[in-house]
Amino acid sequence: MRYLPHSEAERAEMLGVIGAANIDALFSAVPRRALKNFDLGLPAHSPEFLVEAHMRALAGKNRAGADGPFFVGAGAYRHHVPATVDHLIQRSEWLTAYTPYQPEISQGTLQMLFEFQTQVAKLTGMDVANASLYDGSTGTAEAVLMARRLTRRNKIVLSGGLHPHYRDVVKAYLKDDADLECLSASPEGQGDILDHIDEQTAAIVIQTPDFYGHLRNLKVAADAAHAKGALLIVVITEIVSLGLLEAPGAYGADIVVAEGQSIGNALNFGGPYLGLMATRKEFIRQMPGRLCGETVDAEGQRGFVLTLSTREQHIRREKATSNICTNSGLCALAFSIHMALLGEAGFTRLARLNHANAGKLADALAAVAGVEVLNKTFFNEMTIRTSRPAADLIERLAARGILAGVPVSRLEPDDPSVANLIVLAATELTTDADIAALRAALAEELQ
Amino acid sequence: MSMNNHGRPTGTGTSGFASTSGSALLPNEPLLFEIGDTEHSGVDLPDVTIATDRLGGFERRMPLDLAGLTEPEAMRHYVRLSRLNHSIDSGMYPLGSCTMKHNPRLNEKMARLPGFADIHPLQPVYTVQGALELMNQLSHWLMTLTNTAAVALTPKAGAHGELLGMMAIKAAQDAAGQGHRKVVLVPESAHGTNPATAAFLGYSVKAIPARDDGTVDVQAVKDALSADVAAIMLTNPNTCGLFEPQVIEIAEAIHDAGAFFYCDGANFNAIMGVVRPGDLGIDAMHINLHKTFSTPHGGGGPGAGPVVLSKALAPFAPVPFVRKDGSGLELVEHAEGDALGRITAFQGQMGMYVRALTYMLSHGGDGLAQAAQDAVLNANYIKARLAHAFSVPFGDYPTMHEALFDDSFLAGTGVTTLDFAKALIDEGFHPMTMYFPLVVHGAMLIEPTESESKQTLDRFCDVMEELAADAKAGNAARFTAAPLKAPRRRLDETRAARSPILKWERAEETLKAAE
Repeated sequence: MRYLPHSEAERAEMLGVIGAANIDALFSAVPRRALKNFDLGLPAHSPEFLVEAHMRALAGKNRAGADGPFFVGAGAYRHHVPATVDHLIQRSEWLTAYTPYQPEISQGTLQMLFEFQTQVAKLTGMDVANASLYDGSTGTAEAVLMARRLTRRNKIVLSGGLHPHYRDVVKAYLKDDADLECLSASPEGQGDILDHIDEQTAAIVIQTPDFYGHLRNLKVAADAAHAKGALLIVVITEIVSLGLLEAPGAYGADIVVAEGQSIGNALNFGGPYLGLMATRKEFIRQMPGRLCGETVDAEGQRGFVLTLSTREQHIRREKATSNICTNSGLCALAFSIHMALLGEAGFTRLARLNHANAGKLADALAAVAGVEVLNKTFFNEMTIRTSRPAADLIERLAARGILAGVPVSRLEPDDPSVANLIVLAATELTTDADIAALRAALAEELQ
Repeated sequence: MSMNNHGRPTGTGTSGFASTSGSALLPNEPLLFEIGDTEHSGVDLPDVTIATDRLGGFERRMPLDLAGLTEPEAMRHYVRLSRLNHSIDSGMYPLGSCTMKHNPRLNEKMARLPGFADIHPLQPVYTVQGALELMNQLSHWLMTLTNTAAVALTPKAGAHGELLGMMAIKAAQDAAGQGHRKVVLVPESAHGTNPATAAFLGYSVKAIPARDDGTVDVQAVKDALSADVAAIMLTNPNTCGLFEPQVIEIAEAIHDAGAFFYCDGANFNAIMGVVRPGDLGIDAMHINLHKTFSTPHGGGGPGAGPVVLSKALAPFAPVPFVRKDGSGLELVEHAEGDALGRITAFQGQMGMYVRALTYMLSHGGDGLAQAAQDAVLNANYIKARLAHAFSVPFGDYPTMHEALFDDSFLAGTGVTTLDFAKALIDEGFHPMTMYFPLVVHGAMLIEPTESESKQTLDRFCDVMEELAADAKAGNAARFTAAPLKAPRRRLDETRAARSPILKWERAEETLKAAE
């Protein structure tokens, strides 16, 4: 057992020092009927090459994104991650470090988090960002709860353009809550949230680009919310969009939640991902999650610590702002390194490249008989209506080697009006040949 | 590249951040924003022009102002920063409750196979059958090791698992017309997440006092039970490192009162393959894959907190989950009946599932049991070696995976638990967990895990003995000044919290904000 250092002789010697006859004596508090009263029937320990073969066989049954044209998005995006990022995050000192509660020997992680918070604040145009949350969906639920604490109001309105999984997570977090209003799906980008804001509203939640790819008018939403004393929560699932689109902070957003996976992190079948959260300075003390702050050490040297922890569960217990006990540290590191490699110059070029490829994709799709592109505006993602049901069409295209996007019915099975809709994304990895292949295949399938 | 001369360090009174690059192996590293600028970049991307954009007039006007680094600069920045961190690979982490065990690199290699890393959560299910099979295999191991009926894989971390487990309990009680149950029992020794989770769901928390021996008294639980109690949240082995000897009786009392038993599984590493929690009567328990099953802590996440569920709670598991469907596997993505719905987008922490299953297959059922027993052996060895010099609050039984000391051995020395722990840094060890659990005064909680060799344990114990002797000999200054050999001396946390500086700002912004 390659991970266990002791020899049998050492175990015996240690038992001698302890004064225990055998290892079972150390389990004397366990009720006898529950101690080793079973045969697990699990396989025995295995050499590295056999484990690797087992895992490779499982991996081999999956179709990887690189295997062919790929247009799947809808909240998780296939981008290129520089080799430097993955090399650096596997360094022992990053990978195998604990949460930086002992700042004297955790300055690497802490300074990185301070830099990360700065990057997120700049991207979103907000005053402050936290050290990350689990992902965008749980971050959205946390933002909703935060808005309730801040306003002492209960009503929450979710835009029909919010990612359906995010909506479902908020619903689960607010189970049986009559004050939660979820507007019906708005694949055409129609905005109707303004009519739902009243004096009881704590917050409205708007995603942009929305689930269907449309860009939403945050200025109008912020003004309408603020006029009634409500907060605007902005959700972003494609963080690369902020390389081209105005920062939500510039429009008056109160809380910004985003999924940061696109930068530095692989698709990973859904996780681990990276929740970003940023807000106004005056709201910090109601913000969930870890925060890193600057200070000095006993010799006056600049250093960093986790701070404002009186909001958190290990201090406040049942009075904490959230039960969250971790962040998404290594994913935040990957994000921060990738963003540092991009810099403003690289990040804006990346965003333009995404938008340019999406423009080509939209034009190609619009030229296919039986396809209607619903978007007038988009960043790198759009919705099409096809003349055949989308779920079946996607399977047929997959059989042709093309992963052509997400049928909306997979996320909204109870809404017949979306049965013929597909959400597709293009990124910097999308080639002209990919688009041509999709166009040709769609044309044949829709004949 | 020259230093960015537009910026300056934030705050006042900081000094010397860049006056020296530090010593050879203790780098002093400026902030990314003090090295890079908005022109430099470490990626080559074509600079495309867009003839007609589809941005609807929402294009960016606010400056991004994101500093960039070329590849060699980035490599050096992050390598230099990394050297300021303690890590498991470089030294022991005797952190009680955190299970800082070795992180095998095979796990990392497997998680990066394109068939796992480069698959999308929403691509057609028939193109990800291997991923679903992996989730099924992991579920099988978790249910087998715990003797439970179901497992919900998706929670993103232990606290998220707690939330899910308690949501399942709430859903089950609501479905059974038991929605009036609004009280959750939580022993005083519990992790802070337990009362935070209960409160989050609208429960009121009733504390159960610990007995003098650090365990929970079944009678105290019975006395606290009423028709309003929804559940108990009990950690076992508990946060004092002790196995709750009356756990079966507690479970029976809880069930007799119509309530559920939520077990905090943070300490499952002590009993995996040796005791099955299902045999103790638990209804729900989260398992921290980043503790028990060796997925890396990563400087604070990402974790993963799958929750095993009893038969009574299985119908309330959240989506998504994997189900056999003829010859293949299907992914159930929409809640049926009274199930909970969804607590995260997509399928949870797949990258962690891969690592955890790799670890399980490497160890096998026999190796996991041996690992648990070695973890317990190591903690008892530390306790046995140090009992003469330290004060042991609960000496009566063997400990499980942790050795707990209190601060009475420091009485009159002028040295606090914190000082003592900081002195460990100067000896090359990470401090132990301090002041937790709360039921012990000045607690020092030490969890060596099974990964440490006898040699390392002996060296750790030698250092601990020497420190205890030095404290008792009156050399308080060594402790109150510690650490002296770390990249930083003690940091002013009060200052950080009083006027928080949470991001880097250019000089002019700092001045403007101060006006």
